[in-house]
Amino acid sequence: MNRSVLYWRAASFAVAAGFVGSWQLIADQRLVSPVFLPGPDRAWASLVRGFTSGDLLDKLLGTLEHMAYGWFVASIAGIALGAMIGSSRRMRSYVAPSLEFLRPLPVSAVIPVAIAMFGLTQSMALFVIAFGAIWPMLLATIHGFAAVEPRLYEVARSLHMSRLAIIFKIALPSASPDILAGMRLSVTVALILSVVCEILAGLDGLGHWVLLSARAFRSADLFAGVILLGVIGYLTALAMSMVEKRLLKWRSSGH
Amino acid sequence: MIPERIKALLLPIAILAILEIWARAVHLQSDSLAPPSAIAAALVEAFQDGSMLIATRDTLISAFAGLSIGGAVGLACGIALGIFPIFDRLMEVTIEAIRPIPSIALLPIALIALGFGYRMEITIVAFACVWPILILTRAAVGGIEPRLIEVSRALRLSPADRVRKIIIPAALPRIFLAFRLAAGIALIVAVTVEIAINPIGLGAAIMTAQQALRPDLMLAYLFWIGLIGYLLNTGLMVAQRHLFGRAALVGDSA
Repeated sequence: MNRSVLYWRAASFAVAAGFVGSWQLIADQRLVSPVFLPGPDRAWASLVRGFTSGDLLDKLLGTLEHMAYGWFVASIAGIALGAMIGSSRRMRSYVAPSLEFLRPLPVSAVIPVAIAMFGLTQSMALFVIAFGAIWPMLLATIHGFAAVEPRLYEVARSLHMSRLAIIFKIALPSASPDILAGMRLSVTVALILSVVCEILAGLDGLGHWVLLSARAFRSADLFAGVILLGVIGYLTALAMSMVEKRLLKWRSSGH
Repeated sequence: MIPERIKALLLPIAILAILEIWARAVHLQSDSLAPPSAIAAALVEAFQDGSMLIATRDTLISAFAGLSIGGAVGLACGIALGIFPIFDRLMEVTIEAIRPIPSIALLPIALIALGFGYRMEITIVAFACVWPILILTRAAVGGIEPRLIEVSRALRLSPADRVRKIIIPAALPRIFLAFRLAAGIALIVAVTVEIAINPIGLGAAIMTAQQALRPDLMLAYLFWIGLIGYLLNTGLMVAQRHLFGRAALVGDSA
């Protein structure tokens, strides 16, 4: 059983390698102009060159920094606000409908407002990324708090627990699957908004790098940047799902 | 007891009233904020001179064209992968390698290959829409009651008929859910591309308003974009409930 999984995985990698091979072939035969489509060899060479002698590492770190700060601020604010709104039925009925109205808003539409407030600065990027990444967490926390088994609250009342103790000992653990799912969604949002902000404000990062490469028609550098962004997206999603599995082990380990 | 519907309106009304009073009290001169009355006036003005309608049309055309193209590709691939598990296993690495690329990262590639305009925006929207539809369709087709497939075999339906008469109807509620999620993504990506670089549509209009130091017009566009997003989402949700009943909303967490 385990072996057959391995074989399938190998076959799947072979198919992917086949795609890269045909990409190389298309580029070599110049079916598409090399201005638009560099072969994987050139993209790889540009990636290696960027890391060894260029400033690609700085750009990568810049993007990761924007993402991490915005996401961190959003996580704390989202969970705190969500706990506040979710733990009181009155707050829920007054505030939640407004949040539901705001949820489908394309977040990037606040970028002009943020530019008007902060200028083309790091704080603008931080504000936009945090504002965008807060929604999944905020709504997930509210939902998680609202869905806590009511009997747990009854237990807490008969134990005379304080409101803070109820939040930390009952509501937060019980809402943690929702919150973690929200955090995973917002990592993706944070990455996309980081790239957009870097493109618009010329902040140091991969977004700026790919735009400059495109403007100068350096397609190999451009593809190297896009590949790196894909790697960031893949690794952050992978890390989040591993953390999620780890933290939620208690749920499957029986009661 | 105040009815729920009115409770929901109290907060926005209070915020608007406070903003209006405060803006008048301090004779607000700002590049980023404007009193709600001025925003409403700018909204009406933009509707009257037609600029709002043209921008809305451009954005919606790009979003829906991208949704149709990306949706068709995602649907076809999703059904194929769902019917043939071999195919699914072989494509796994390829799909997992391409899917995490943020759609907006393709913007510079689309820009040098296609230039400014509809085509570039539609391409990016289509790329973003393929994935949710592909993944959810694959799951929906894979989760079809095996007996339905047995029935189709017993009836000796041709493969095309099997897809048309058994698989698509059985998976339709979840496919519609996928389309609803993708429609939201399409609008978001379209506006984002316009704000970042493409000089058409609502995104470009809101950037122009900001650069022209017209906070009232900028916030009017922001409100309008939010309203479109809300109406799109609500409309599709109502359609979903109407077409498939409440059962269709089970497992809908996003």
